[in-house]
Amino acid sequence: MTTIDARGATAVAIADGVRAGKLRARDVAEQYLDRVVRLDGALGCYLRVDAEGARRRADAVDAAKKAGRDPGALAGVPLGVKDIFCTRGVETTCASKILRGFVPPYESTVTARLADAGAVMLGKLNMDEFAMGSSNENSAYKPVRNPWSHAHVPGGSSGGSAASTAASLCAAAIGTDTGGSIRQPAALCGVVGMKPTYGRVSRFGVIAFASSLDHPGPFGRTVEDAAALLESMAGVDEHDATSIPAPVGAYRAAARAGADGPEPLKGLRLGVPDEYFQPGMDAEVEAAVRAAIDELARAGARIVNVSLPNTKYAIATYYLICTAEASSNLARYDGVRHGFRAPDVRSLDDLFMKTRGEGFGTEPKRRIMLGAYVLRAGYYEAYYGKALRARRRIADDFTAAFAACDAIVTPTSPVPAFKFGERMGDPLQMYLADVLTVGPDLAGIPALSQPCGFTKAGLPIGLQTIAPALAEELCFRVAGAYEARTEWHKKLPPESAP
Amino acid sequence: MSRITADEVRELALLARLRLSEDEVAAMTNNLGAILEYVDALRALDTATVEPMTHAVPFDCPTRADEVKPSLSVDDALANAPRRDGSFFQVPRIVPGPGADGQGGAGS
Repeated sequence: MTTIDARGATAVAIADGVRAGKLRARDVAEQYLDRVVRLDGALGCYLRVDAEGARRRADAVDAAKKAGRDPGALAGVPLGVKDIFCTRGVETTCASKILRGFVPPYESTVTARLADAGAVMLGKLNMDEFAMGSSNENSAYKPVRNPWSHAHVPGGSSGGSAASTAASLCAAAIGTDTGGSIRQPAALCGVVGMKPTYGRVSRFGVIAFASSLDHPGPFGRTVEDAAALLESMAGVDEHDATSIPAPVGAYRAAARAGADGPEPLKGLRLGVPDEYFQPGMDAEVEAAVRAAIDELARAGARIVNVSLPNTKYAIATYYLICTAEASSNLARYDGVRHGFRAPDVRSLDDLFMKTRGEGFGTEPKRRIMLGAYVLRAGYYEAYYGKALRARRRIADDFTAAFAACDAIVTPTSPVPAFKFGERMGDPLQMYLADVLTVGPDLAGIPALSQPCGFTKAGLPIGLQTIAPALAEELCFRVAGAYEARTEWHKKLPPESAP
Repeated sequence: MSRITADEVRELALLARLRLSEDEVAAMTNNLGAILEYVDALRALDTATVEPMTHAVPFDCPTRADEVKPSLSVDDALANAPRRDGSFFQVPRIVPGPGADGQGGAGS
């Protein structure tokens, strides 16, 4: 038996070690649990640590190995799970007061599949309430701090997933992306975050925010880690009628192929859309991303200009659709069947009004209201109907661009991590944080963010690779090539408050 | 002029079953007004010839065999109820009349 230093360890290295009998899953789990106890007080990544469950799961992996059974592709990988995934017997709140005390009686397909692959869930991760936000400041419980600078936000809504992966408070994590909620925090925390094709990963047991836009996906320290998680998460599911019955790709192999030889991207055309480099973009972000694109050219890719002319309509389109869907999805929180119920109510309507008024935070209320407004008779066609047509135009832009290129490369976020409070007063400014990530959600196509540099102040910068529907391998190949030629992913955030 | 008035916000809140304080109504009126003004930009986009996109990927409703399979037990389904009465979720009385007052407040 050997040991592994959890700080900076990759999921793939841990799984390889456990599978080879060189590492014990229990020892690995203890190391991470110890880190969480020591370091998470300052970071706020976890809403709930399930130490007992983690030990039980790790022991089961070790027992399987000892008995000569296959302990799984992710054997012993300590996993952080966004609190939006239902976990049987483990409280799941979506970082909302209205779900306080909710203990799901069933398990999400994604967490079940990862457990079957040998992953060891350590606990449930903090997030923006109901995945609504871009800074994690909307958690009803506590903020998450960016491991690179505690004065800065980690991004959102999967802020806990990104920050815990960056700080090695788990080896890898899962989250959900509706308008950028995996990629934007991954960019702001300096890790890899991947949103696959809509329907590639089952939404069963994922608490719904905007059903036509919700994409579960992985976080990893490396491209191959994210690929390994996706391989275990993906695939059709009888419990989700929108899951796609297409064979799951060889994502790890694609990530490794990117690292193969001097020109691993030879023959590949990468499109760069001008519309993703607009005034207002941070100069250091733009410089880092342009340098990354030059590096991809040196890796053999041909860089071509493409146009996504309707990008300027993406945020408006997104917020009309996601709020309409949210107002409908969040109607189920009524104080009757689960979670919080307001005290001292006189009638059923009183119960609904008070429970929802006290149980939801400001942002869910705002989105429920906006969604109710745009769905109203008389406004429906002007707002929601218009947005559905605009969504088609935006998706068509991508289809047209992919006639001229194989994948698209852009910045993930126009700015690095911002400071706490900086955008909270103006919801529209917060919404604009998603301007470069909502397009692939509306189109339902895969996109990956990876680290591509740091600002002078030491904040991470993200590079986004976007591919056509079901072509996740392309994202992993391009990202794998970039990662193999650079060192950004090897940098570790400081262990004490920066 | 704002796209939405405080009275409209109060009416919407009732429809959405959200109790809002007067401070919340004021803030919501401002925020929703600004957001609605922003999304008005969509009017400049020509969508006359495109079909609404309700789904990200082409999608047919799959069907499955109509077979009885295991599902949640009544106890599992009720385990999270803030208040239950036997195999029922308990809520405040809906219809007037004599009998026990099914309060339905906090606790169980």
